[in-house]
Amino acid sequence: MVKEIDERIQEIDNEIENMQKEEIVDEAQIYVLKRERHDLIKMCKNLSPHVKVYLARHKKRPKITEYVENIFSDFFEQRGDDLGKEDASIYGGIAMFHGRPVTVLGHRKGTDLAENMKCNFGMPGPEGYRKALRLMKQAEKFGRPIITFIDTPGAYPGLEAEMYGQGTAIANNLAKMSDLKVPVIAIVTGEGSSGGALAIGVANTVLMLENSVYSILSPEGYASILWKDATRSDEACELMKLTAQDLLSFRVIDAIIPEPVGGAHLNPKAVFKTVDKYIKHELDRYAKAGPEEIAKLRYKKFRNIDSEFLKVAQW
Amino acid sequence: MSLKTLFKKEPAPAGYEPATYPAPAVDNPETNTAEADEKKEEHADSSTVCPKCKQTFEKSVLRESFNVCPACGYHFVISAERRVRYLVDQGSFKPLKCKVAFANPLENPEYESKITSLQEKTGLEEAVYTGVGKIEGHEAVIGVMSSKFLMGSMGIAVGEKVTNAFEYAEKKKLPVILFTASGGARMQEGILSLMQMAKTSAAVERFSKNGGLYISVLTHPTTGGVTASFATLGDITLAEPEALIGFAGPRVIEQTIGQKLPEGFQRSEFLMEHGFVDQIVPRDKMRETLGHILRLHSKRGK
Repeated sequence: MVKEIDERIQEIDNEIENMQKEEIVDEAQIYVLKRERHDLIKMCKNLSPHVKVYLARHKKRPKITEYVENIFSDFFEQRGDDLGKEDASIYGGIAMFHGRPVTVLGHRKGTDLAENMKCNFGMPGPEGYRKALRLMKQAEKFGRPIITFIDTPGAYPGLEAEMYGQGTAIANNLAKMSDLKVPVIAIVTGEGSSGGALAIGVANTVLMLENSVYSILSPEGYASILWKDATRSDEACELMKLTAQDLLSFRVIDAIIPEPVGGAHLNPKAVFKTVDKYIKHELDRYAKAGPEEIAKLRYKKFRNIDSEFLKVAQW
Repeated sequence: MSLKTLFKKEPAPAGYEPATYPAPAVDNPETNTAEADEKKEEHADSSTVCPKCKQTFEKSVLRESFNVCPACGYHFVISAERRVRYLVDQGSFKPLKCKVAFANPLENPEYESKITSLQEKTGLEEAVYTGVGKIEGHEAVIGVMSSKFLMGSMGIAVGEKVTNAFEYAEKKKLPVILFTASGGARMQEGILSLMQMAKTSAAVERFSKNGGLYISVLTHPTTGGVTASFATLGDITLAEPEALIGFAGPRVIEQTIGQKLPEGFQRSEFLMEHGFVDQIVPRDKMRETLGHILRLHSKRGK
């Protein structure tokens, strides 16, 4: 249903835009349309998980390139894993954030089909993860905080990816990230699926946008494992507990970043502003902590991430 | 046969003190893993057909050959306990006590009964079995995953037991040897299974930074979230012959690339060729090889 609502909202937006371009602007009609738009958006409250998956994957949902452009300044892009390949599905570099240098990186899905293909729809191979690690180790060297943006259907399940050590690359990121001596803030902006998402997600603070999702694998993958039928992904969404609200209740994430009602794509400017505020708040929080303490805090966080469920009789 | 008798069958070889063996880890010794496996593996006439070369062997022959086909070298899947028995000095193995309570974050109605029945069937608490034992006189923390327990999948309990093993080893300054076998992260526990990848990898990193030796032995099959976490983080990585090792499963890759995968893809030999495995070690040479590596690490280089 949200799909229809979403399409109607886009129509209304286009209509209003066209009407405003005309010589005599029909204010009354615009008012009627705006009313309808407002009512439609109001219907988008309390969304069910599969609708959130739809929104999390929305074509117009803000992308990493837009976050970098709108939140950071003086961005300098870095490319390559230093081992023989550049993987465009990870986008990253150095930038300024409120007067301090930071390293920013994340999954890039691309904005049109040509770019989608080039970025492999945001599914990195081992080279992408090695590139991310290279950037993060460099950030540690220069004492720059790291901000990662997670938005991926998962690590790429391809022949070459396997040949060049997809598993090893992800494992290395998890291990090395756990010990980084600079603050790491991870933000799930769209879909965060599987180890492919976690590989840049071992952070001091993990935040999720209100309508983003984060899960062990894609709902399609889950459905095909559970029922051998990927088309039942909507059902799977309801079982997986993959929404930001579920993850907050598990204490797997630290906070939810509110989105405009109806989804981030309806008002990206507002989203950038809110995300900026959250990043700043988190960086300020870690500003006084020493390098060892920062690594220790992160280690403790992941060591005890399941403490809600864990009852152990120790040796 | 109880665990106790398994490990105490023969007098310990001279040269080291046999540790006293504690109470068995299994609740019901009658349904011991090894016993259950044997029953399953064998036909009524107490012989087994090798799935690779289709030859038939007496069970006693197979047991003497470490459950490896004497004709073609096919490595049968073996239980965690049997693996430990093949490996450690007699009477030296002591399970690590790390009982993890059942957790069901996704509130899956069938999950608890599934786990309970698997515990009864396999005699294991969970998909990994950890303890301390000696290999050729060298003490080490040993963990063995069992593909017979929900495909060796990693949920909270497995993640905790693996992490606990590294923490124990760090405290006691012992090396860690892990035999991996897993279909990956456990679907039934959702995002919390995914988080076990971070938890275990962080534990390995911390152990490693403090100078600990970690030997990872990849056995059939090691895939998914376990491959993408502690399985591939060893200082030394060994593999059993022809084990399937990879991140994405072959079926998923075939669907993605739309073509059949080449012969031997994602097998131990393929991984060694691509630089991810130090040595492929057949089961009958495993004890010897591990003893060799442990001996080389028993003194610090200067």
